[in-house]
Amino acid sequence: MLNEKKSKRGTVIALLCALALLALVVLLENTMKPTGMLFTVLKKGAVYALVAVSMNLLNGFTGLFSLGQAGFMLLGAYTYAILTIPTADREAVYYLYNGSAVNFSLPELFGGGAVGLVLGVLLALFLGGCVAAAVAWLIGLPVLRLKSDYLAIATLGFAEIIRAIFQWDPLGPVTNGANALKSFPTFSSFNIQNADGKVILRLSTFVPFLLAGVCVAVIVLLINSTYGRAFKAIRDDEVAAEAMGINLARHKRLAFCISSFFAGVGGGLFAMFANQAQAKVFTTAMTYEILLIVVIGGIGSISGSCIAAFLYVAASEWWLRFLDAETYIGSFKVPFLRTGFRMVVFSVIIMVVVLFFRKGIMGDKELPDLLKKRQKKATKEAVQP
Amino acid sequence: MSEQLLRLDHITMQFGGVVAVDDLELEVNEGEIVALIGPNGAGKTTAFNVITGVYQPTNGAVWFDGAKIIENHPQGKMKKQYKGQCDGLYTETLSPTPDKITRAGMARTFQNIRLWKTQTVFDNVLIAKHCRSTSSVFSAAFRLNRKEEAAQRAQVEELLEIVGLSDVKNELATSLPYGKQRRLEIARALAAEPKLLLLDEPAAGMNPQETEELTAFIGEIREKFKITILLIEHHMNLVMGISDRIYVLDFGKLIAHGTPAEIQKNQRVIDAYLGVADDA
Amino acid sequence: MQYGISILLSGISLGGQYALIAIGYTMVYGILRLINFAHGDVFMVAGLMMVYLSASLPLAAAIPLMIILTVLLGFIIERAAYKPLRTAPRMSVMISAIGVSYLLQNLATYVTGGLPQMYPALPGLSNQLTIAGVSTKYVTVVTPVLVVLLVAALTQLINHTRIGMAMRAVSRDFETAQLMGIRINSVISVTFIIGSLLAAIGSLLYFTNYQSIVPLSGSLPGLRAFVAAVFGGIGSIPGAVVGAFLIGICESVIKGSDWSVFSDAFTFAILIVVLCVKPTGLFGEKVTDKV
Repeated sequence: MLNEKKSKRGTVIALLCALALLALVVLLENTMKPTGMLFTVLKKGAVYALVAVSMNLLNGFTGLFSLGQAGFMLLGAYTYAILTIPTADREAVYYLYNGSAVNFSLPELFGGGAVGLVLGVLLALFLGGCVAAAVAWLIGLPVLRLKSDYLAIATLGFAEIIRAIFQWDPLGPVTNGANALKSFPTFSSFNIQNADGKVILRLSTFVPFLLAGVCVAVIVLLINSTYGRAFKAIRDDEVAAEAMGINLARHKRLAFCISSFFAGVGGGLFAMFANQAQAKVFTTAMTYEILLIVVIGGIGSISGSCIAAFLYVAASEWWLRFLDAETYIGSFKVPFLRTGFRMVVFSVIIMVVVLFFRKGIMGDKELPDLLKKRQKKATKEAVQP
Repeated sequence: MSEQLLRLDHITMQFGGVVAVDDLELEVNEGEIVALIGPNGAGKTTAFNVITGVYQPTNGAVWFDGAKIIENHPQGKMKKQYKGQCDGLYTETLSPTPDKITRAGMARTFQNIRLWKTQTVFDNVLIAKHCRSTSSVFSAAFRLNRKEEAAQRAQVEELLEIVGLSDVKNELATSLPYGKQRRLEIARALAAEPKLLLLDEPAAGMNPQETEELTAFIGEIREKFKITILLIEHHMNLVMGISDRIYVLDFGKLIAHGTPAEIQKNQRVIDAYLGVADDA
Repeated sequence: MQYGISILLSGISLGGQYALIAIGYTMVYGILRLINFAHGDVFMVAGLMMVYLSASLPLAAAIPLMIILTVLLGFIIERAAYKPLRTAPRMSVMISAIGVSYLLQNLATYVTGGLPQMYPALPGLSNQLTIAGVSTKYVTVVTPVLVVLLVAALTQLINHTRIGMAMRAVSRDFETAQLMGIRINSVISVTFIIGSLLAAIGSLLYFTNYQSIVPLSGSLPGLRAFVAAVFGGIGSIPGAVVGAFLIGICESVIKGSDWSVFSDAFTFAILIVVLCVKPTGLFGEKVTDKV
C-alpha cells in the first residue's frame, strides 16, 4: 500500500518536472535570440536523446549488441519526408526524376492548416517508426540468433545495405536517389504566426522536446513493466530466462522492433531538425556517435543516455568549437588548434571514458535513484546527531 | 495409484562420439519425490537438460502430463555415428524450446546458481511470473494490466513468505548468502507454477545442518504446493531421507532403480557409487 | 575476353591484399574473440605514414621504417585499449575497438587536413606490365606471390615453433593456457605484431594500386577483409586467405558491372548469408556450449 502511494507520488513529481522543463524551453526560445547555438544544441540533443534511449533499450537493457541504428533512422526519416512533402513542391524536389511517385501529402490529406500539420506530421512520424519496425522484424528473423559480436556486424551490414538501396538510382521516383529530400514540415513549421506572417510564439524547440519526451516516457513505462523485466533477465542470463518460460526469439525480436520503431521516429525527427533527408548522412559513423552517447551516459541508464546526448551535442557542436579555430595569443600561434582538432580531442575523451569510466556517468542507475540515496543519507544523518 | 507425470522412453544423448546418456527409461508419478543419483559425469544433468529442452536428445521420447513433448531420432551426421540402441523406434522430431516446456508445467534450478544478478530478490521471482501473464506488450507498457500485475506481485509476496525470504526481498539477489540464494532459485522456479519441479543438486555446497533444513523444506514444498519433484543430488542423507524412489546412473546407463531401502542394499550401486561405511 | 582477364587479375590482386588484412582479423578473433575494428584503420595509417616518410626519406629507409612504426602502433593499441579491458564484458572491448577506430580516423583527418593524399610510386610495383594483352601494374602479379610466401611462412611459425604452439593453445582455451604457464601477454602481443606487419605490407600493395588515401580508406577494405575472415571460417588462417581471394574476385566482378553501387552492400550480404547459413564459415569448427 505504501509502495503504491510512493510510486504514485513519484509519477506526479516526474510529470511536474517534465512540464516545468517544457515550459522552460518555450520561455527560453521566446526570450533569447532564437538562432543561437543553444537551440541547435537543444533540438539536436532531444533527437539524439531519443535515438540513444532506443539503442540503450536494445543494447543496455536486453543485452543485444546491435549497430544498425542509423539504418532505422534512415527508414524513419525517408518515410516521414516522402509522406509530408507538399504536393506543390514535389516537382522541384524530385527534379531529376520528373516528379515523385508518391503524389499526396499527409498534412494536406488532413485538411491543411494547423490541424492538418499536427495530424499529418504525427501520423507520418508514427508510420516512419512502423516502417523501421517492420524492416527490423524481417532482419531479426535470421540475425537475432547470432552471438553478440556477430549480431553487431550483421546489423551494421544491414544498415549499410539499406543505405545503398536508398541511394540507388532506379528507386529515384520514390527516394530521390542520391539527392536530398526537402521542403517537408520542419520544427520551425510549428512556430505560430499572426496574420502578417510575423512569428508570435516560437515552438520550434518545444516540439522536439515534447515528441522525444513522450517517446522516452513510453520506453520508461515499458522498461518498468513485466516485459522490461523479461528483457533484463535475458540480458543477465538468457539460459535462466529461457528456463523460466521466456521465449528468447520472441522477446528479442520484440525488443529489436520496439527499439527500431523509436529509432525510426528519431530519424523522422532528425529530418525535421536538419531540414532535409539524405541517405548519405545516415552512416555507420552516426551509429557510432549514438553508441558513444550510450556508453558515456551509462549502459542501462535512460536518464544517463538523455544527459549524455545533450552533453555530447553541446560539446561537439558548441563548446569544443574553439579547438578548430586557429588562435593567436599576441603574435604567438597556439599549436595544434586547427580544423579537425576538435574531433581528435573528442575521440580522446571518449577513449578515456571507455577505459577509465566504463560505467559512464550514471552507471545503470537512474536520476530518481540518486535522489533517493541522498534522501536516505539525509535521514540517517538526521537520526544520528 | 497416482497419475504418471513424466516418462522418459529410450532417451539417448550422444555428443559427437561420446554417449552421455544411454537408453534411459524413467518415470515419475504425481506427488512423488524421485531422485537421480550417480557419480560425477554419469549423465544426470545431461538427462535434466534433455527433459527441459536445453539439449535435443539423439534418440528417444519424453512424455509429460499425458502428452508427448519431445521426440527425436538420429539424423544427418549422427546417423552414422550413432552408437546406441532402439534407433528404429522413433520417427518424428519434436523439439520444443525450454520456455515451451516450462509453460507446459516444468521448472528447474541449476547446478551452478543462475540468478539474475542485477535484479532484487523480489524481481527475480516476479520475472518467473512473466510466462504466466496474459498481457501484450501494449497493455503492459500502458499499464492496462494493473490487476494482473497486482495479483502476480501478491503471489510473489506469498511465495517469499513461505520460503522465508520476505525480509530480504528488496536486496540484490547476489548479496544473499549462498544457502539463501539456493532457496531463492527454488522460489523462482515455484513462481513459474510448475507441476514438476526439477532440482539440480539443491544441497551443493551446504553443510549438514543446512542440508537437514533443505530436506525438511523440500518436503514442505511438496505438501504446500501439491507438486511433484525430480532431483539430482549427491548428499545421501537428503536423498535417502526424502525420496520415494531412486534411479541410479553410471556412465550414462541406468544401473538400478527402486526405493531407498532397495538401493542401499544393491551391490552394483554400492560398488559404483555409495561404497560401504567403515564402521559397519 | 580481355575485359574478363583484366577483372580476374584485379580481383586476384585485391584478394591478396585483403588476405593480408584478413589474417590479422582472424588471428585476433581466434585468440581474444574480439573483432578488432581498428585494424582497417591501422592499415590506413600505414599508408599515410608511407606518404609522409617517403617525402623526406629515401624509399629504402622509408619502407622498413613504416613497417616498424605500424607494428609499434598495433602493439600500443593492444596494450592501451584492449589489455585493460580483458576481464570486462565483450561489449566493452568492442566499444573500445570502435573508439580506437574513431580516434585513428579523426587523427588522420586532422593531420591531412581532410585532403586526399597521393601515395608515392614504388619502383618495381607501380611500373606497367602487360599480361595476356591486358595492361596492368607489377603489383598485380607480385601480390599473390607475396601472399603465398607470407602465409607459408606464417603457417610454419604457427605449426613448428613454440610461440606458434602457444598461440594455438591460447586460441583453443584461453584460461587453461594461462594456468599452464603460457605468458598470455606475450602471445597476444605477438599476434597483434604479426597482424600489423601483414597489414603494413598489405597497405604497400593496396595503395600502390589505388594511390589516393583518405581517412576513411581503411574502413571499407577492413570490413571486406573481416567478411573474408568470417567467410573462410573465423580463427582459420587458410580460411581467411581463401575467403579474401573469393571476396576480391567478386568485388572486382561487381565493380565492373552495372550494379557497382551495390559492391559494398554485396559484401555485407555475403556476410549475413554466411552468418545465418554456416556461421563457422568454410573451414571453421563448431563449438557446443555447456549449460
